Amino acid sequence: MTIDKIQEEIIDEFSMFDDWMQRYEYMIDLGKSLPLIEEEFKTNDYIIKGCQSKVWVHAKLQEDKLVFTADSDAIITKGIIAILIRAFSNQKPQDIIDANTNFIDEIGLKEHLSPTRANGLVSMIKQIKLYAVAYQTQLK
Amino acid sequence: MIDITKIRKDFPILNREVNGKPLVYFDNAATSQTPQQVIDVIVDYYSSYNANIHRGVHALSQEATDKYEQARITIQKHFNIAKSHEVIFTSGTTHSINMVANGFGAFLSAGDEIIVSALEHHSNIVPWQMLCERTGAVLKVIPMNLEGELVIDTYKELLSNKTKLVFCNHVSNALGTVNPVEIIIKEAHKVGAAVLIDGAQAAPHIKADMQALDVDFYTVSAHKVCGPTGAGMLYGKEEWLKKLPPYQGGGEMIAEVTFEKTTYANLPHKFEAGTPNICGGIAFAAALDYMNAIGFKDIATYEEELLEYATEKLLTIDGLKIYGTSTNKTAVISFNIEGLHPYDIGSILDKLGIAVRTGHHCAQPIMDFYKIPGTVRASFSFYNTKEEIDVMVAGVERARNMLM
Repeated sequence: MTIDKIQEEIIDEFSMFDDWMQRYEYMIDLGKSLPLIEEEFKTNDYIIKGCQSKVWVHAKLQEDKLVFTADSDAIITKGIIAILIRAFSNQKPQDIIDANTNFIDEIGLKEHLSPTRANGLVSMIKQIKLYAVAYQTQLK
Repeated sequence: MIDITKIRKDFPILNREVNGKPLVYFDNAATSQTPQQVIDVIVDYYSSYNANIHRGVHALSQEATDKYEQARITIQKHFNIAKSHEVIFTSGTTHSINMVANGFGAFLSAGDEIIVSALEHHSNIVPWQMLCERTGAVLKVIPMNLEGELVIDTYKELLSNKTKLVFCNHVSNALGTVNPVEIIIKEAHKVGAAVLIDGAQAAPHIKADMQALDVDFYTVSAHKVCGPTGAGMLYGKEEWLKKLPPYQGGGEMIAEVTFEKTTYANLPHKFEAGTPNICGGIAFAAALDYMNAIGFKDIATYEEELLEYATEKLLTIDGLKIYGTSTNKTAVISFNIEGLHPYDIGSILDKLGIAVRTGHHCAQPIMDFYKIPGTVRASFSFYNTKEEIDVMVAGVERARNMLM
């Protein structure tokens, strides 16, 4: 599935929620189900700065696609990561680079997050895109 | 007894809603809210007598200068300071501390020692580290115990004739512990060391008496005592302020300037280069007037009641642990729930309109000591109520149920 299609799906899912409570409960559930990153990658090399909670993101190339694993010590943050991974993992680096991230606004995440965490969210997206750029260069 | 209904009417911000819920503001240790009386002073300054001070002959400049100098005297009286020129207007505590740290280099040589406490705001540790790097002085730390109190016996052992300066906060921002500054000052003076106390967190709760404390330097931020941001004071004993080199060069701080030599102005102007935050200084004094009209004794009694009530209620929540359990603390509760990240709890409280601080509260060494990533910190003020505490406790329970 293309990144655009997945993002549409996520927007559809979030549109079913009536209030923040359901939205948060969903994110908490997502956070709980997130496949964890391997312990060896939970180091400062993989940590994302700009988050109040700790976030680690690791990427590896499988054939021509980039696979992300991630973890956080805070569960809501993990839920946000789960959404990002769903949108961007298992995609070609060039598609990740080209992808737009407006869906974050549309599912009301950015609007509902505190400035510190919104920065964290921005940092996470930036990190995912940076990985894509790095691996794209490698593919060439 | 304070009249809480009347007091709450003074704070327009307390009427607003956040995320569709009435605001419960428990982040007072970060910044306090501003009463209408102080807002009026700010509006009046810009609507009626905004002018630069100390230099114009015209009426507005004179009026602004008079009000600004009157503010200095209000602050002087509040802190029982011997001389009004011992009150230096600054932009706040950080500015005040840097002023001392910067100038104190003149009195230090390699091997001298500076003692700081383990309970410091980490941004306040940096100026001393920079000073040590510059002068070759050595930084020593007064350790803390599990209750979040300083270990005074170790402090006494750290003191020697090498000690030149002791720096400590009056009240810890992360835990609310009231430090025994009287003993800290007395012991430091025995070895001839100067003492700088950061009063930022103490000022909203404790009316500190500079002469009784016999402290050498003391700092306060206006925005913690119902005043505006960007204003504050440095108190310094006259003998120290005379010796201390000026921090910034500029207008107002000079007596005579030729290309060969500049002579500095007298106190306090030597430390007040450039156009100051005139309105901020005047509003700072108005804020102290406001708090004094309510009375610090009554404020302390009421806040103590809030602290006891909140502590008791919060401890009924399964798995909740409070950090900072000194019997001598201000109305601050730093807590975590076992297995949960403070950030998650804070995020859900925010959705419920409850403002608390989460994170390491710029006191990473304290968090490292307890081996935790941070805490949720609820800090109360005299305009908060028990009903608001009930709302928070219900919110924490709700967060716990959602997150567990």
